[in-house]
Amino acid sequence: MKKIEAIIKPFKLDDVKEALNEIGIQGMTIVEVKGYGRQKGHKEIYRGAEYVVDFIPKIKIEIVVDSKQVEKVTQVIMKAANTGKIGDGKIFVLPVEGAIRVRTGETGEDAI
Amino acid sequence: MKKRILVGVIQLLIPFSPAYAGESMINTGDTAWMIVATAMVMLMTPAGLALFYGGMSRSKNLLNTFAMTFVSYCIGSLVWMLWGYSLAFGPDKAGIIGGLDHVLMRGIGVESVTGTIPTFLFVLFQMTFAGITVALVLGSIVDRMKFSSWIVFSILWVTFIYCPVAHWVWGGGWMAKMGALDFAGGNVVHINAGVAGLVLALVVGKRKGYGKEAMFPSSVTLTALGAALLWFGWFGFNAGSELAADGIAASAFMVTNTSAAVAALSWMFAEWFFRKKPTVLGLASGAVAGLVSITPAAGFVNLPASMIIGLVAGVFGYYSVSVLKHKLGYDDSLDAFGVHGMCGVWGALATGLFATPEINEVGKGLFYGNPGQLWIQIVSIIATALFTAIGTLVVLYLTRLLTNGLRVDSDEEVAGLDNAIHGERAFDLD
Repeated sequence: MKKIEAIIKPFKLDDVKEALNEIGIQGMTIVEVKGYGRQKGHKEIYRGAEYVVDFIPKIKIEIVVDSKQVEKVTQVIMKAANTGKIGDGKIFVLPVEGAIRVRTGETGEDAI
Repeated sequence: MKKRILVGVIQLLIPFSPAYAGESMINTGDTAWMIVATAMVMLMTPAGLALFYGGMSRSKNLLNTFAMTFVSYCIGSLVWMLWGYSLAFGPDKAGIIGGLDHVLMRGIGVESVTGTIPTFLFVLFQMTFAGITVALVLGSIVDRMKFSSWIVFSILWVTFIYCPVAHWVWGGGWMAKMGALDFAGGNVVHINAGVAGLVLALVVGKRKGYGKEAMFPSSVTLTALGAALLWFGWFGFNAGSELAADGIAASAFMVTNTSAAVAALSWMFAEWFFRKKPTVLGLASGAVAGLVSITPAAGFVNLPASMIIGLVAGVFGYYSVSVLKHKLGYDDSLDAFGVHGMCGVWGALATGLFATPEINEVGKGLFYGNPGQLWIQIVSIIATALFTAIGTLVVLYLTRLLTNGLRVDSDEEVAGLDNAIHGERAFDLD
């Protein structure tokens, strides 16, 4: 099992979600995060006091999938979230030790 | 002995017979208008100013700013009815103060008349001015003052600073005798509060992290809403200061709106030019700057003058808060001095320039052949500023003594006063 963490632009969430649904991924967890990489922040002005806001809002999607699906899932996410502009995000793949379905107690691949 | 004291207390609680029987001079039109005007000015403090200031405070302190504003109105209301009205408008003593004849409305009854309206109504109208003036002061020291200190300060400040100045200008005191023109409170309200705010800002000190940390307003939306409510209420403030429903009141109404609108635009354009973006905060601030500036002039100047007053107010206000404040380095957090103090001074001077007998026979400014008026205005501005600066300093030190320090401790300041002082949260956004 692997966990896929995809940091994407917030307005791309619906596109990514539908693309994942289409290949059979029926669930996910999302987190509202802030961050920056090469994309610069913006300035806000309040009565002459200028503030630079470095951190940009992003969405992090977290899904746990079977190791065999990682290649396909990451490709699908990348395609759906891509705009071609700086700040599109990153995808990370992490190993998962175990999984349990709360309702039934099923473990391992039966749980995801 | 106990019986004597009891009788004395009872006597204090029963006002004895009103001043005038016989012909009532009450004009029902004036009275109806003044009741409305008073209610409009009331709205300016716990709604208009609270939102205006609250929206500019950081989210962790929004409720505290609101609380300080709200409580200022409550304290102003109480202090005024106890002894404030008497000190400001009681029979003049040496041009300085009104004395204590009317403590708890002694000597004033249902039948009492002031001008063409019931005295009770006059008392209440003036009360709303006391309430908002002290509330304005807090703008300079949001985010860091102890609530208990603010409460004690407000009681003392209304009593010892607001009431004397109100008496000098409106209660038949020395400034009135000198011929100073202040229609609705350039001196009494704005210069007074503005200078007091600056004193507080300098004594209480800067917010932790000022100049280094970003301090975002909790909601420009709330501030803009507050400014709109202030604008609405200000019609009661300025037009109501005529104390009658007549042509001068209508004229004051007209120039008040015009000055506000022009100033909002001029602040906006100034900001657009210098900062490349017209901000909503700028629009809201500009409107308030225009309203402040027209306040002393409202019942004395004509339409073209009000446009000039507004134009200058917007640019001057913008300059004061966006450039001057940062250059001089003090933390007048919500610009009580920058907007109310500075624009109040402009307004008072403008009154000395533009007052025309064609609007109000009482006032004649420099442009109408009376250069002496400008000099009188300058004297009144300096006298108010000096008295307030020194007086506020004394009141502040007394407050510090009575409440064992003015400022919250560092941890509380960082955590936020809504939580630390009130145990509440402004928003529940999860």
